[in-house]
Amino acid sequence: MGFFVEVVIGGLMAGVLYSLVALGFVLIFKASGVFNFAQGAMVLFAALSMARLSQWLPQWLGFESLFLANVLAFIISAALMYVVAVLVERLVLRPLVNQDGIIALMATLGITYFLDGFGQTVWGSNIYRIDLGISKDPLIILESVFEGGVLVNRDDILAAFMAVVLVSVLAIFFQKTATGRALRAVADDHQAAQSIGIPLNRIWVIVWAVAGFTALVAGMVWGSKLGVQFSLATLALKALPVVILGGFTSIPGAIIGGLIIGVGEKLAELYLGPIIGGGLENWFAYALALVFLLVRPQGLFGERIIDRV
Amino acid sequence: MRTKRIGDVILDLQNISLAFGGVKALTDISFDVREHEVRAIIGPNGAGKSSMLNVINGVYTPQQGRIVFRGQTFEKMNPRKVAEMGVARTFQNLALFRGMSVLDNIMTGRNLRMKTGVLAQMLRIGPAEREDIAHREEVEKIIDFLEIQNYRKAPVGQLPYGLQKRVDLGRALAMDPTMLLLDEPMAGMNLEEKQDMSRFILDVNDEFGTTIVLIEHDMGVVMDISDRVVVLDYGRKIGDGAPDEVRSNQAVIDAYLGVAN
Repeated sequence: MGFFVEVVIGGLMAGVLYSLVALGFVLIFKASGVFNFAQGAMVLFAALSMARLSQWLPQWLGFESLFLANVLAFIISAALMYVVAVLVERLVLRPLVNQDGIIALMATLGITYFLDGFGQTVWGSNIYRIDLGISKDPLIILESVFEGGVLVNRDDILAAFMAVVLVSVLAIFFQKTATGRALRAVADDHQAAQSIGIPLNRIWVIVWAVAGFTALVAGMVWGSKLGVQFSLATLALKALPVVILGGFTSIPGAIIGGLIIGVGEKLAELYLGPIIGGGLENWFAYALALVFLLVRPQGLFGERIIDRV
Repeated sequence: MRTKRIGDVILDLQNISLAFGGVKALTDISFDVREHEVRAIIGPNGAGKSSMLNVINGVYTPQQGRIVFRGQTFEKMNPRKVAEMGVARTFQNLALFRGMSVLDNIMTGRNLRMKTGVLAQMLRIGPAEREDIAHREEVEKIIDFLEIQNYRKAPVGQLPYGLQKRVDLGRALAMDPTMLLLDEPMAGMNLEEKQDMSRFILDVNDEFGTTIVLIEHDMGVVMDISDRVVVLDYGRKIGDGAPDEVRSNQAVIDAYLGVAN
């Protein structure tokens, strides 16, 4: 039983990481109706920047504190993601205003390859690590309930905590502020949003910057767990089934979808793996997404689109 | 009686021409709009009515001509700037924010007037909360006015067409506009819905003194509620004046009924 709980917790934690990336997809889709293929590349770019800067800054400025290095690297990386957002809006989105969704999707594909390449040119293409100063020794909890207790990684707990904070802030931002309302308005109808004086260009910068910021948080947590390398960008594609499951426009959906997939693939590997020969973890999420597309295409929490014909 | 409140010219369109590639949408059109009046732009399908509205609203930039609004001359307008100058609009094909409730849709109309910071709004501290409540009161007035109290929290996408049209109008009204551009407000409505909408338009005009520019191809309704009417056909102006004058204008009759060759 203790082992089962451990697997579930492990799955939940992996799920939180998926959720963090999925959040970025949902944010941009919600506010601009664009499926941002580049979210994975943004995670990689942000993680690379975070990893390299936290390493370089102490050398350049001659200080030792790991904490200070991380904080400074985080702030500068966040600023860089803002610059990326401004450039994307200026150079890609603005010229493509009022074009079809498919054209914007192709544009984000272009951004993906550019960011992947540019990021590695600037930051280097080796494997780097982000050291958040968290002990790698697992915590042992619930010892009184299960024999031998349950092992939990400390960085997983940090990841979960950050995800909770991020999601709460975003939820309040979208529901309670005029800017949040403007973001939702732009998502639904560009032209109408403009007619009531919502500045489209500024809204896009805001939403890409927020998505860049979530990419940075995701990249930092993933990077500290798995190391920063090119595979981060492709791992981020795991967030795709998450958004299909949760619904493209739902922030809670991104979180819960992530958790379901995280736990689901671990349990499937554990119980179904031996029967059909293992390797389930790699495709389970996509198979689940496929089922959802057939049965409930709007996802768990997505808005049901009813079109007048 | 009604003519007494009509003021000076506030919007003057001078020699507007607009083409999309080789297609001439508008050719050398001039007309003006006076303060507090109901000004209609009518014409058969494809006459250039919506293009005209989009020029005023800043969505399209005319190749020639000038727009004089409140004494300021513009070569082109820009949607955001137009909104800031107090011009609101509705859309021919509903352009509501489908994912949001009726209330939120109308609230977006107040966005330009919200001055407190994002952080203050998130934390709901003092001024932000007071501001939110004040705007909410304005929105409630509009909801009462349009008689959509029962649908406040409903997602707009689920409302019947006629009600969605009202929400569209409500969102525009929430901007406290001095001029309202209505793009076929009665398109696709049944007779009862048309009468309701006419009543709302006249009430807005009477109660708030809002200048109204409206597009319609249904001549009947327009003639009843407009002070002056411009008639377009194939992108040219073929008539301009009081409803009765326009009705008896031979060019207008030909455009609507066709000419025997």
